[in-house]
Amino acid sequence: MRTICLYFQVHQPFRLRKYRFFDIGNDHYYYDDYSNESILHKVAQKCYLPANALMLDLIEKYKGQFKISYSISGIAMEQFKLYAPEVLDSFRKLADTGQVEFLSETYAHSLSSLKGRKEFERQVKAHKALVKEHFGQVPKVFRNTELIYSDEIGAMIGNMGYKAMLTEGAKHVLGWKSPNYLYCNAINPKLKLLLKNFKLSDDIAFRFSNQGWDGYPLTAEKYVDWLNQTPENEEVINLFMDYETFGEHQWEETGIFKFLEALPGSVFKNSPFTFSTPTEVADSLQVVAAANVPNPISWADEERDLTAWLGNEMQQEAFDKLYTLSEKVSSTDDDAIKQDFDFLQVSDHFYYMSTKFFSDGDVHSYFNPYDTPYDAFINYMNVLSDFEIRVNAAAKADVDDDVARLSKIIKEKDEQLEKLEKRLAIKKNTGAKKTTATKKSTSVKKKS
Amino acid sequence: MFGWEFPPHISGGLGTACFGLTRGMSTIPDLDIMFVVPKAYGDEDQSRFKLIGAGDVSVDIRNVREHQYLKDLSYIEINSNLVPYTSPEEYEVLVNNAEHHGKRFIETTMGGKLNFTGKYGKDLYEEIANYAIVAGEIALSEDFDIIHSHDWLTYPAGIAAKRASGKPLVIHVHATDFDRSGGKVNPTVFEIEKMGMNLADKIIAVSNLTRNTVIEKYGIHPDKVVTVYNAVDPLPDHERLRLKRGINDQVVTFLGRITLQKGPEYFVQAAYKVLQKMDNVRFVMAGSGELLEKMILWTSKLGISDRFHYTGFLKGDDVFKMFSISDVYVMPSVSEPFGISPLEAMQSNVPSIISHQSGVAEILKYAFKVDFWDVDALADAIYGLLNYPSLSQMFKKHGVQEVNDMKWENSGKKVHSIYKEFVK
Repeated sequence: MRTICLYFQVHQPFRLRKYRFFDIGNDHYYYDDYSNESILHKVAQKCYLPANALMLDLIEKYKGQFKISYSISGIAMEQFKLYAPEVLDSFRKLADTGQVEFLSETYAHSLSSLKGRKEFERQVKAHKALVKEHFGQVPKVFRNTELIYSDEIGAMIGNMGYKAMLTEGAKHVLGWKSPNYLYCNAINPKLKLLLKNFKLSDDIAFRFSNQGWDGYPLTAEKYVDWLNQTPENEEVINLFMDYETFGEHQWEETGIFKFLEALPGSVFKNSPFTFSTPTEVADSLQVVAAANVPNPISWADEERDLTAWLGNEMQQEAFDKLYTLSEKVSSTDDDAIKQDFDFLQVSDHFYYMSTKFFSDGDVHSYFNPYDTPYDAFINYMNVLSDFEIRVNAAAKADVDDDVARLSKIIKEKDEQLEKLEKRLAIKKNTGAKKTTATKKSTSVKKKS
Repeated sequence: MFGWEFPPHISGGLGTACFGLTRGMSTIPDLDIMFVVPKAYGDEDQSRFKLIGAGDVSVDIRNVREHQYLKDLSYIEINSNLVPYTSPEEYEVLVNNAEHHGKRFIETTMGGKLNFTGKYGKDLYEEIANYAIVAGEIALSEDFDIIHSHDWLTYPAGIAAKRASGKPLVIHVHATDFDRSGGKVNPTVFEIEKMGMNLADKIIAVSNLTRNTVIEKYGIHPDKVVTVYNAVDPLPDHERLRLKRGINDQVVTFLGRITLQKGPEYFVQAAYKVLQKMDNVRFVMAGSGELLEKMILWTSKLGISDRFHYTGFLKGDDVFKMFSISDVYVMPSVSEPFGISPLEAMQSNVPSIISHQSGVAEILKYAFKVDFWDVDALADAIYGLLNYPSLSQMFKKHGVQEVNDMKWENSGKKVHSIYKEFVK
């Protein structure tokens, strides 16, 4: 069997408003509602709605044959709910066809997988619940933020009960090996790995409209030709990309929708390939080998590592400082604090602070609300400073509650003792025989 | 080359830039530089080029007329009552006469030499004209291929030398009067600048910002104006310039002339905002200038005098000593053709905030940039650098390297390639 696995990432961050240091302690609202709403509307009009409509057409046209998968970040789902519920409806319609798989990820599109299990698991569960709520599916396949993966993260996901995970087919990990097979985690072989074919994925996602590219113009026929040129024994071509590729990164005028519309027909007509969801791939293919990924990889930039988010000192400081609050946040009952903690974890905040754009321009400046990474950093740290004050205040309130509760208990015990002592004193007066009991009661009092 | 000042006798960045460029060019083979200043003190570093004081050059008055050094420069109000030799007594009489009749004289000492202060005093126009006369004399007697004039004070000299020798003239715009005056341009200065630009064969601007000013405000054809960025010398003897910090507070420093051009009021406003939020910080305004008193009054009115300090004018090592106890350097210039001091701050490991309205903002990556008028952004940047250590660390780590990569040799090579367009 030869099959194509299409997966699309859907995500929009909650962008922060301009937050000056004099707002710290005075203003606890952090978000730029105007740009969040207007950007979401724009992308919905240009991408989500027309692309979803096209996908639905294709699924209905090729009954049971054309299959796709999505992961939609929790943050994106929240924004759909707030600003564009029709987008959520259109995804639901896709889910209802039964040909569309929705994957798990972290609720906040966060980097929490790098900061231990507890917060990460909480977010994965929260996201899973949202997927169930909106699309009626219980995800079995996981894809981490920006396809971040390491042996350890994979093992963690395996232990959480997932059968497969998506990641990048990074050259420095695979070496001579091809991404076009099913692999498994090096620690927990039960977790299967689908690796992105970055060449064929990026031909669509990044190069499609590049007139200087020798593949230009890219047609469905040409693309199927390339698919056919892959060695015949290779089993799966994993095409993973941002959903915004359709209509937003590549505008409608480039012909990207026409390409997408023509692709399945061309595949069925001119190639042996079928379409499969990630679960189907994981269930039907045999694992050929374990992938050894001791250091985290991602799908970003040439290096396919984490440097776009955690490459410089500013990013490290912001990231570390945020997660030092993790314990305190999880022990508070304040929902507003919990929500802000989620929203502050969105990986985009750290991406904006990247100084790699000095050399790695375009992609990093995409939808970037800041002029420089320094602006992004200071703005984020100002917000975080305010957030920290709130978290500490809430934690202190909790401590105060504890103190009050314990004080009450002590007070009650004291009263009880007093009563007992009074009774003892009465008994003492009535008979001198009970001296031992008196001694005992004083020692109890000391202990309390 | 004609320049008005040369280290160590400088009042600002111009002399430093002239020296750096000249030194940077001294490594180019087959290139000899003669640098003419109004007044040579004898203690300048002349190891790699010849420095001439205009006051040490004999002038033959007849040449002035013959070659019309000062043609079209009549607004400098030079009367042609030339007096070749004067005794002190005669000089006084002449000066009195001049005052009576509203005329000026070109006065020479014994041996036909002119007097120069090399300062920016009340007889500046006269000195500029005298300097031009000497330039003409030098052009007649010396052998050279190209004339290079630094800033408006020496444009007349460049023009005179061009007229006397017929050699090409390059003028180097370190600043225009639009930068210095904050918009209230002095018409005489503007005329001299414009004439220099018109008569020059090529114009070098120290940044694209300045290049645009030359093109837009002086109406010069873009093809004639090229940008050559300044650079900075490596910092000598770092340790010697270290001051022990006597206080625990962090220090934010403004260093420059306290004039409209440098935007000191934005620094005061930002300081006030930051001080509302934190108290372990002090602000230092180093420099002198016409707005100094106003700033002092204002800071006391705002009630921040206990946290806001003035040092007066700093030069030489004192600048680096000031940097050694600074945590943030701020240059909120309203209009800064280039701006060498942030580079010096960065060399001293001091993170810098500079305005977008400075030429140096075009080339620096590891500096925080704000619009000079955006006091909130400036205050925010100061606060951020003081409170979020990784930003400072990053600026320190990469800033020194970034600045050290800007070499006067590179600027010198660019200038040399411009020369080569004219000298085959």
